[in-house]
Amino acid sequence: MTVGIISWGSYIPRFRIKVEDIAKANGSNPEQIKNALMISEKSLPGIDEDTITISVEAARQAIKNIDSKKIGAIYIGSESHPYAVKPTSTVVGEAIELGNNYTAADLEFACKAGTAGIQICLGLVKSGMMDMALTGGADTAQSKPGDPLEYTAAAGGAVFVIGKEDVVAVINETVSFTSDTPDFWRREKEEYPSHGGAFTGQPAYYRHVINATKNLMEKAKTRPENYDYAIFHQPNGKFPRRVAKILGFNEQQISPGLLVGYIGNTYSGASMLGLAAVLDIAKPGQRILVTSYGSGAGSDSFDITVTDKILFNQKRTKKVLDLIKDKIYVDYSKYLRNTQ
Amino acid sequence: MRKVAVIGIGMTKFGQLWKRDLTSLSVEAGVNAVRDAGIHQKDVEVLYGGTMSGGLFINQEHLGSMLPDYMGFKNIPSVRVEAACASGGLALRQAYIDIASGMHDIAVVGGVEKMTDIGTYSITKALATAADTVNESNFGATFPGLYALMAKLHMHKYKTTEEQLASVAVKNHLNALDNPNAQFHKKISIQDVMDSAKIADPLKLLDASPITDGAAAIVLASEKKAKKLSDTPVWIKGSGHATDTISLHDRDDLLTLSATVSAAKQAYLQARLQPKNIDMAEVHDCFTIAELLAIEDLGFVKKGKSGKFTEEGYTKIGGKIPINPSGGLKAKGHPIGASGVAQAIEAVLQLRGDAGKRSTNSENALTHNVGGSGGTSVVHIFER
Amino acid sequence: MAVPKIWRKIPEYYNLIGKLCPECNAKFFPKRTVCKNCGCTRMQDYKFEGKGKIVTYTIIRTSMSDPEQEINEQAARNIPYALAIIKLKEGPMLTAQIIDCGDSELNIGKKVKKVFRKILENGPSGVIQYGYKFKIDK
Repeated sequence: MTVGIISWGSYIPRFRIKVEDIAKANGSNPEQIKNALMISEKSLPGIDEDTITISVEAARQAIKNIDSKKIGAIYIGSESHPYAVKPTSTVVGEAIELGNNYTAADLEFACKAGTAGIQICLGLVKSGMMDMALTGGADTAQSKPGDPLEYTAAAGGAVFVIGKEDVVAVINETVSFTSDTPDFWRREKEEYPSHGGAFTGQPAYYRHVINATKNLMEKAKTRPENYDYAIFHQPNGKFPRRVAKILGFNEQQISPGLLVGYIGNTYSGASMLGLAAVLDIAKPGQRILVTSYGSGAGSDSFDITVTDKILFNQKRTKKVLDLIKDKIYVDYSKYLRNTQ
Repeated sequence: MRKVAVIGIGMTKFGQLWKRDLTSLSVEAGVNAVRDAGIHQKDVEVLYGGTMSGGLFINQEHLGSMLPDYMGFKNIPSVRVEAACASGGLALRQAYIDIASGMHDIAVVGGVEKMTDIGTYSITKALATAADTVNESNFGATFPGLYALMAKLHMHKYKTTEEQLASVAVKNHLNALDNPNAQFHKKISIQDVMDSAKIADPLKLLDASPITDGAAAIVLASEKKAKKLSDTPVWIKGSGHATDTISLHDRDDLLTLSATVSAAKQAYLQARLQPKNIDMAEVHDCFTIAELLAIEDLGFVKKGKSGKFTEEGYTKIGGKIPINPSGGLKAKGHPIGASGVAQAIEAVLQLRGDAGKRSTNSENALTHNVGGSGGTSVVHIFER
Repeated sequence: MAVPKIWRKIPEYYNLIGKLCPECNAKFFPKRTVCKNCGCTRMQDYKFEGKGKIVTYTIIRTSMSDPEQEINEQAARNIPYALAIIKLKEGPMLTAQIIDCGDSELNIGKKVKKVFRKILENGPSGVIQYGYKFKIDK
């Protein structure tokens, strides 16, 4: 059975703040930060936007192209669900008028809860439990003022519908690499996440992304040059570029899905938006590799082949690139008001 | 229907009266009205009390019982009337209908609001319940906001200017200088209004009526009693009351308060008068735009022409039709439930010849009280 | 607002589900259980597309936030915000905020479309109310 993505939708809030403005507020050298993180600006939510509104807007884009009544499950992955108890996913279900005969749950696995949702949906559809399942990854990422995270923590998300008819991007294989690695966390009732600084690098991001990707290519019997596009989780501009190099992917393969420089790290939305941006432009027959990363820690890796059905969706879906371009800059005080 | 006259009036000073509570304000106005009528509390047969929200402003309902109790009207029937900002005017109408019907001969109409016991935010929120809370206030519509929506459209459609809106406030502040009960005794200029803080574009702070505590009361009597008790009865010649959609957005024409048009039509018909025969009017100027809309809807000036009409001075005392010689809600103050009754008091003072320096030498007077953004409108015409 | 009051309005707030009168074809938003035009009571659900234009607007600069009681935190922090009466393509008008736009983008007659946003938060521990706001339709 051919199972894969049958539709997708993206959403990025309109507001942006430049690295310079955050650096100024923190008394830091913006050029140093821009070079270190390879990011020039980031998105931030409107005062009335949160993970629920972002998920709804993305889901509404995604269902434009399909018979949404067939959706049997909704999973939304995020680390900024507006409620600690009370699901985001049910609001999405109501907002896309799914009725009541569907199952739903919110997911959390740091920045990879969205791709975990894709795997769950794959299982449900492949097993024949349902025809379609919807999953999204979205965040309005939190960061303590003054923390280096402040330069990257951003807002956005993407939604994918997994199904078996009119598949636009076949998911050939998926593997995960998971371990107990506390590199980044937020305790219950804490407002901001904490992180292990340099510990988030080698033993965390690199180890998981590299292993998951290698395992995937082994399982799929592929090599980097078999892929037209590669998307790696992008907490900043440096990590995904470096991991791509280590794994043998070139700049051309990764640049279409590398959004962090323009919108920052949208956490659970990051790999998902990267994939959406690639689907926006991919041609039938092209092959995509995606590897997410979630602190705590784990990576999900996917081997995807685009079908000719994608052209229909590309015409109708709002493109990530257009969302990136449609922006309003705000200053640091407005940024604080919207995010605190 | 029997003829009905106003034979007594009483009101408190309007303002931010920190030492006064709702009952003390009501008692002062009520007892003064009874004394002015030359009667005793025991002569009062029925009470109609207009108040918008005892619940939200002072956490007290059941004012139908509380008001006669404190005023010393023992065991009489008493009705609390609520129609948002038109509560006072509507209480007057209900009492008028009561006396006219022959049910009672002497009624007291009271209007009161004690607003300043709660903070400005809470007041704004309480006032917003006069709109559709679920479909207007809920989405961020404040009262200044709703009137601002009308003002913006009036400016767009009829080229009304912010200065013309301001001229309403300037005139009403000038009139209030001669009203000892007014909240403000402060002359203001067009520039003062233009320079005041924006609250909801294009409306500024000085386009808005203030937050006010106060009470007003009048005594109504049947023709027979009035003639026996009073040398200077003021007759109610016409009374009209109509409603409209509670939400502004549900109206076919956002710039016509059709409740006012309809209530005025009833009152004019009953009084056998036309707008051009009216000598003066107290209209509901909760915001400057509201006075402009009122004088259009009441037929004093063509739709769209009110800004220029006001700017050119036609509504000043001594002008073609003096509007709000008392200072209006804008400068006299706007204790919500009291405003409609206080308008009637100004009409009586003017027709008795007791208005002093703000006299308009009128033979008749019209009062116009609006609830919400126009969901209720009450119009009365008085004659001496 | 109280939770049940929000809950029963969800179809209206999320998806602009109003009513259509089968007798006279009048459309209503928010929903009415009896037709204002002809008195019919067999009203049917009708979904409005969420496109329309600005009939009039204002910028609200004083909020309804109440530090003592139920907190309209959203609107308070959002000040100033644009509020408009919008005429939907299908006919009815409604009151809603216009978001994500500069003052110069606001004009009477401007085309707008619905977006899904937070409307109110009843304080940090209350239920969040979601619903329609509008943005300029480019």
